[in-house]
Amino acid sequence: MRLKSQADACEVVVVKAPADPVDLRCGGHPLVATTEEAGAQSVEAGFDGGTQLGKRYADEELGLELLCSKAGEGSLSVGETVLEIKGAKPLPASD
Amino acid sequence: MNIAMLLEMAAEGDPERIVVGSHDGGITAAELLERARRAATFFEKTGAEVVGYFGVNSDVLPVALFGAALAGMPFSPINYRAPDEQLKGIVARVAGGMMVADDDEVERLGACGATHVITKGELAAAVAEPVSAEHPFVDPEEIAILLFTSGTTSEPKAAVLRHRHLVSYIIGSVEFLGCAPDEAQLICVPPYHIAGMAAILSSLYAGRRIIYLPQFDAAEWVHTAAAEHVTHAMVVPTMLGRILGAIEESGTELPRLRHLSYGGGRMPLELVERTLRDMPGVDLVNAYGLTETSSTIAMLTPDDHREAFASEDPAVRARLGSVGRPLPTLEVEVRGEDDSVLGPGEKGEIWVRGEQVAGEYVGNTVLTPDGWFRTRDAGWFDEDGFLFVEGRLDDVIVRGAENISPGEVEDVLMAHPAVAEAAVIGIPDTEWGEAVAAVVVLHPGLQATEAELQQWVRERLRSTKMPCVVEFRDELPYSPTGKLLRRVLREELSEANPAGGA
Repeated sequence: MRLKSQADACEVVVVKAPADPVDLRCGGHPLVATTEEAGAQSVEAGFDGGTQLGKRYADEELGLELLCSKAGEGSLSVGETVLEIKGAKPLPASD
Repeated sequence: MNIAMLLEMAAEGDPERIVVGSHDGGITAAELLERARRAATFFEKTGAEVVGYFGVNSDVLPVALFGAALAGMPFSPINYRAPDEQLKGIVARVAGGMMVADDDEVERLGACGATHVITKGELAAAVAEPVSAEHPFVDPEEIAILLFTSGTTSEPKAAVLRHRHLVSYIIGSVEFLGCAPDEAQLICVPPYHIAGMAAILSSLYAGRRIIYLPQFDAAEWVHTAAAEHVTHAMVVPTMLGRILGAIEESGTELPRLRHLSYGGGRMPLELVERTLRDMPGVDLVNAYGLTETSSTIAMLTPDDHREAFASEDPAVRARLGSVGRPLPTLEVEVRGEDDSVLGPGEKGEIWVRGEQVAGEYVGNTVLTPDGWFRTRDAGWFDEDGFLFVEGRLDDVIVRGAENISPGEVEDVLMAHPAVAEAAVIGIPDTEWGEAVAAVVVLHPGLQATEAELQQWVRERLRSTKMPCVVEFRDELPYSPTGKLLRRVLREELSEANPAGGA
């Protein structure tokens, strides 16, 4: 599933979806499906840390993981809780 | 999540980076995406259901792979070395597909039943013309790659890799655009090998330029590596020895080469040690994986190699012969015949579970209900979690009530100073069911007798593991991707020793 921000250019792909629906936002506004019409919102203060292309954003407890496929200025959050970049030690190339 | 998305991200993140071909004149990420989109439109118009690829490595390969992905069609690279009989069977199973083929294979494909064949040149020409077309986002459940497994023992099986398996593997193991700007990967494994497919995805996602060798040739490998400033490469066991030989022979220096990964079969320990000695500046990675697991599931890292190589502790030193530790994104267990999980040092079957694990063939999922894939590989973990793979369970020799791993006996034989290569197989035996037989290649100029090698094994292992026959040969039979063809040896030795030797 692909979602986009209503506040900036950010797009994410859902890598792991939680069992129950969550209030997923970017820049303080709800994410919508890429196929939907997006409103023209602005990035809210406190949700303006930005997203980076190719980074994964996750909430382990919720079982949520997103991959940023387009970057933007807003932060991803579940409700008011900003999602952290999933840190993973890079592996050496194997193939 | 689909593999086309990986290309779209690469093109978004650094559109001008050269991703395929020479540093001078190769194609950029943006160009590759554009060509793949055109290829997708072209494939869609044909009405085909599958895109087959029948030929050697070329810059057209990633275009065809991503074109198929964008079009939502499975991509099936086919073994161009398969004999006609096998090829007919494979062609029949991808009926409704179109084939992208080398010029000199078109006729043969037609004779084997393929009805829709275009040459690579024709595809390249088709993608030279701009088209505007939208391609819907392909569902992660769709099939991305269909790979016919080598079928060393039976009819090839069509392994299914869905988009979600491959994308999980890549995003879980590769840092997006994480490589240094000068990195270039020489791909010499054939397209129909899982490593050939995975290399495209992981190199592109890492931002590492891909250089193709159409087919493996050691001298050509060394020449290309030098000319193209290659920093990274993946080789199968049979290639590495030849590469080291070619480097020595040509006197070529490869100052930029800094990373070699190997896999696809057991690498002789001696060769690993020689590489560590001859190329101290090169990082070595031993990767263990299967087609059904979207490539690598365990790896022995460069640090692991150096630590083991420098160690006086036999247990640490022995890790040079291991495949390292499982990827952190996966679960790997060794289980016994009753499916119970075994502890360190206990030998059993290797099981794996994780998002990259497909464990599926056309029409047949072989995952357990809770998601585990049985690899059919025999192995064990040491105390520190390093995994040792001893080969296929089907190759295990059952002598009386005893299970004997060929790998264990082969390792002992290869530790003999005169032995360069060794293959151990089971042959029919009237008394024991199966008997242990060995086929050995000696180092040039060195000698060993059958009795001497039997004694060598008996002193180091149980006497039941001593080969009753040792045959000497100039070479062992390998598949082009470096797999020892035990079946061939088994047939030959069974005929020569009808009642076994015990």
